[in-house]
Amino acid sequence: MLRTFCLVITLLMSVFSASAYSDEFETLVQQLPHKNLRNITPVLTQIAEQDNEQVRFVLTEALNGDLYYLKSNKQVVSIRKTSSGDYTATQIIGGQVLQNQSKSDMKKIKTSNSIRSEIRGLLAQIDLTHKNKNVRLGAVKQILDDPSDDSINLIKARLTQEEDADVVELIETAIAVNQLKNADDETKLATVEQLKQSLEPAVRNAMVAQINRLNEIDASELSATQKQLKNELNKAIESIKQQRSVYEFIENLFFGLSLGSVLLLAAIGLAITFGVMGVINMAHGEMIMLGAYTTYVIQQMFPQWIDYSLFIAIPAAFLVSGFVGILIERGVIRFLKGRPLETLLATFGISLILQQLVRSVFSPLNRTVAAPEWMSGSWQINPIFSITFNRLYIVIFALTVFFALLAFMKRSSLGLHVRAVAQNREMARALSVRSDRVDAITFGLGSGIAGIAGVVLSQLTNVGPNLGQSYIIDSFLVVVFGGVGNLWGTLVAAMSLGTINKFLEPVTGSVLATIIVLVGLVLFIQKRPKGLFPQKGRAAE
Amino acid sequence: MVVDKHGSPLLAEDNISPDTRHGVILYVEDVSVSFDGFKALNDLSLYINDGELRCLIGANGAGKTTLMDVITGKTKPDVGKVSFGQQVNLLDMDETQIARAGIGRKFQKPTVFEKLTVFENLELSLAGDKGIWTNLFHKLSGEQKDEIGKILHTIGLVKECNMLAGALSHGQKQWLEIGMLLAAKPRLLLVDEPVAGMTAQETERTAELLTSLAGEHSVVVVEHDMAFVRSIARKVTVLHQGSVLAEGSMSEIQANPEVVRVYLGEETGDA
Amino acid sequence: MIPNSIQSLFSNSAFKKLGSLPFVVGCLFITTLYVAVCNLAFPADSALHVSTYTVTLFGKYLCYALLALAVDLVWGYCGILSLGHGAFFALGGYAMGMYLMRQIGDRGVYGNPELPDFMVFLNWDSLPWYWAGSDSFIWMIVMVLAGPGLLAYIFGSMAFRSRVSGVYLSIMTQAVTYALMLAFFRNEMGFGGNNGLTDFKDILGFSLQSDTTRVVLFALTATFLALGFALCHFIVNSKMGRVVTAIRDSENRVRFIGYKPEHYKVWIFVVSAMLAGIAGALYVPQVGIINPGEFSPLNSIEMVVWVAIGGRGSLYGAIIGALVVSYAKTRFTAIMPEAWLYALGGLFVLVTLLLPKGIAGFVPAIADKFKANKSTKNTQSVSNKTTPEVK
Repeated sequence: MLRTFCLVITLLMSVFSASAYSDEFETLVQQLPHKNLRNITPVLTQIAEQDNEQVRFVLTEALNGDLYYLKSNKQVVSIRKTSSGDYTATQIIGGQVLQNQSKSDMKKIKTSNSIRSEIRGLLAQIDLTHKNKNVRLGAVKQILDDPSDDSINLIKARLTQEEDADVVELIETAIAVNQLKNADDETKLATVEQLKQSLEPAVRNAMVAQINRLNEIDASELSATQKQLKNELNKAIESIKQQRSVYEFIENLFFGLSLGSVLLLAAIGLAITFGVMGVINMAHGEMIMLGAYTTYVIQQMFPQWIDYSLFIAIPAAFLVSGFVGILIERGVIRFLKGRPLETLLATFGISLILQQLVRSVFSPLNRTVAAPEWMSGSWQINPIFSITFNRLYIVIFALTVFFALLAFMKRSSLGLHVRAVAQNREMARALSVRSDRVDAITFGLGSGIAGIAGVVLSQLTNVGPNLGQSYIIDSFLVVVFGGVGNLWGTLVAAMSLGTINKFLEPVTGSVLATIIVLVGLVLFIQKRPKGLFPQKGRAAE
Repeated sequence: MVVDKHGSPLLAEDNISPDTRHGVILYVEDVSVSFDGFKALNDLSLYINDGELRCLIGANGAGKTTLMDVITGKTKPDVGKVSFGQQVNLLDMDETQIARAGIGRKFQKPTVFEKLTVFENLELSLAGDKGIWTNLFHKLSGEQKDEIGKILHTIGLVKECNMLAGALSHGQKQWLEIGMLLAAKPRLLLVDEPVAGMTAQETERTAELLTSLAGEHSVVVVEHDMAFVRSIARKVTVLHQGSVLAEGSMSEIQANPEVVRVYLGEETGDA
Repeated sequence: MIPNSIQSLFSNSAFKKLGSLPFVVGCLFITTLYVAVCNLAFPADSALHVSTYTVTLFGKYLCYALLALAVDLVWGYCGILSLGHGAFFALGGYAMGMYLMRQIGDRGVYGNPELPDFMVFLNWDSLPWYWAGSDSFIWMIVMVLAGPGLLAYIFGSMAFRSRVSGVYLSIMTQAVTYALMLAFFRNEMGFGGNNGLTDFKDILGFSLQSDTTRVVLFALTATFLALGFALCHFIVNSKMGRVVTAIRDSENRVRFIGYKPEHYKVWIFVVSAMLAGIAGALYVPQVGIINPGEFSPLNSIEMVVWVAIGGRGSLYGAIIGALVVSYAKTRFTAIMPEAWLYALGGLFVLVTLLLPKGIAGFVPAIADKFKANKSTKNTQSVSNKTTPEVK
């Protein structure tokens, strides 16, 4: 609610500057200072009938008692108290903002209890007849959560005109809940039957309230209907509980998969460099970090295109991280071939340098990357289960990257070369595969994908110099858990780790869940050092 | 102190001696091993007599190295029986226990401890207690020094005694590795490609060395070099696709049409 | 100019048996004597006075040196690159910290004679079971050894038995350390959470603030470093040490000549963990705090750098590495703090690329050269590697 309200305000502000609104609305608003408690209602009603973006705002301000007019020129304003104790007044007409106003220069447009209730009705009416279905749903939902006789009548009236099935259903639910509270036991019994399938929290609350009411009556004094009602209520609540737990499970699963997708994105680059090439890159986390910072820089460069900048950021991050990766491979790693522990140390050194570099360039503080409009919001599947778009997109995106990579490795000739070099360097070289070039490209590819992971992470957390460090251990464990050199293994490992983590979290808390997963993994690797899907045979030795 | 399942660091294997009353020291019976569906060993049976020198030949992928792995405990077979003498079931033992029981193995690629001297390499290989605490306070006895001296002589590395093993030539490393096996006083020696990368002269010496070992030890040699096999072989076993294709003296093998077809084809061509 | 006596240290074959042992112990003894006398006997304004700050700082370095020895023992000699020695160090430190915490008694902010301040703050009414006995000095010593030793034993026997090795092992040690860090950050663990254990007052009744205690702690650290060095020296020069070196070179070969490499690895890992624990226990009373930050993966990796720079597989190299790098860190962070991570990172890269044997690999080479220049009439190579010697 607060959110829609803020949204409305922002919208209003933009409208102010455009100064395009109907004259009638203006005239009506200007009448407000001249009215008193007895004759203000018709004006408000008329205002409510206007087709103007500001209608809702004016009524809400009046309802909250923030609508004033300036004594000097009778201009209607909405006021806000500032931290220094005086007021900021915004003219309703014209949108001019006046700072540092004193309350003695203004007079409140008075409302009484009955007028306020009238305004509430008007507001509900506005929302209920709004052309956007979601606004209508919101209004009904509000009434469902906090019903009054008036509002029930409003929605009953609306029911006859409403065409959208979802809104109709919700209105019916709201009316039924009202019946459950106020009607006689016979009707209640019928209502319970009707409400059994609803997952609205208000339905359950109403049912529990009824049960409590019945429990207070001594069992011997219950009428047959009441007994039956109690029975039915218990059954209904139980069924609702079951449905809820099903959805909770699905929700955890989805959270787990989305965490798994993040792990997958973070680890899949490593699955290439470590899994396929056998190079230990401790600076892998920093490749992720560079990708995240690339996103940040691009947003800074094109602040007006926040909605689209991610599409530029993805290839840019791939290139930046991939380029740095190739530099690292050419500059350091190739001199350490066949010496994994040294590679580990040297790349760790590189990761320190990169972190410090970012600290020097961008400051050690975290940076926030804005989320584009289309990433926010959620897909409300039913009253207790919704999928946020950003998680959904991340799951889809991670899988897309995964399958693209898989296809690349299996289908393209470069992918073939990469696998050939990974399996037998000498032989591949003898077959005139340029192993040096393949190494550099493979490493660049792995790093580039890490960069893409950074773009995604920037949408989930703040971007800071330590961003990558927190993912490096996880990434390695995912790759090792899945079985080195097996991309499918990485997918399964990432998803199962994410899911396990999310299912543990409600029970143990997030830190303990992480610890348990870490320790569990370490134990697993002791049991099966080659991971879930080991490579077999002599070549694997 | 880590005590293993036999209970004492002075391991029970020290008392293990293969029962060779039937004259057979190694029984490999109906052994199969598969990797991802590929049958590296397919129902293979093989018997090595006590004191025998046996050559194993076969094309790449015939299963020679896998067979070695199975005997020394590195790979566990899917089915089959492997026993040392009549009673000692090798499948229940790990590499260390098998080594202590008296089976020594030389790898295809020479593996010696490059950062230790030749002397130290042999010292570590000597038969005796392999526990941690004894070795922490261990001093070489005069007998052991003599023993090492003898082996150095056998493998012809007396002069190189204090060199780091890493500095030896390829052939010398092969000998050192054989010397290390000898120091452990094994009953059975498994020698994987002993002459790979050796000069003709070195090959000749290796042939002498291996022939002289037979009798006191049982020796199984895996080799590609047919000339070398001919020079030492009394009995040859041909492996093909994970099973025994033929067994017999070199001339019998060369006469065997099956063998000629699958393996010796080109060899006999230029012989 | 290297004096003759030191120079002969690296080339004289008779010296090989004792190696650098007398030299290192001698150096430690002289330093301790010097520090003690200069701190206690000279007044603060004297030019010869060594400030207590310096004493503590050097004490800290010596703890690091002991820790470096521990890392070198497993990495340099056995080839196990542990990225988790910080955990052993911290566990030793926590064991000592618990004891010191209990020594505060009712002098804490809340004046509770039994419970440390942070437990009172968390509204706990009794000590958790694992704090039992923590007020005993003897028990503390047992825990300093048993804590890290047990962790090393459990982890080691599982990892080495299932033949996890190389990079896998390194990553797993890091994961365990990371998990421990997360765990110790939790208040519910009962180790003071974020803040760790601090505000210590005294040890065995001696005030930790007094100069004498500081000097004694320093001397103790030097003694333990000398003992640790002697122990490591004994181990690596025994037949057992040769087995360990052999495992580093070719674990399979060791297995096929009848040793159980996993037993040896566990043993050496446990010994090393205990040494690290002792280092941690000596560190805590000198710096006055132990917190979960000691578990951070970066710390463990810094230890590896000391050894890499000093020269792995060389015991005195590890000590030199720890001292040089720690000193550089102190200087760097004082002059230009941002540059430290650049320098540290750069050191990693340069040492692995250009100086695989570290400083210790350098010294004999220089010493050899020096001697070869000096005694030109000696035509034979001085390297004892190629000198035949019949035993």
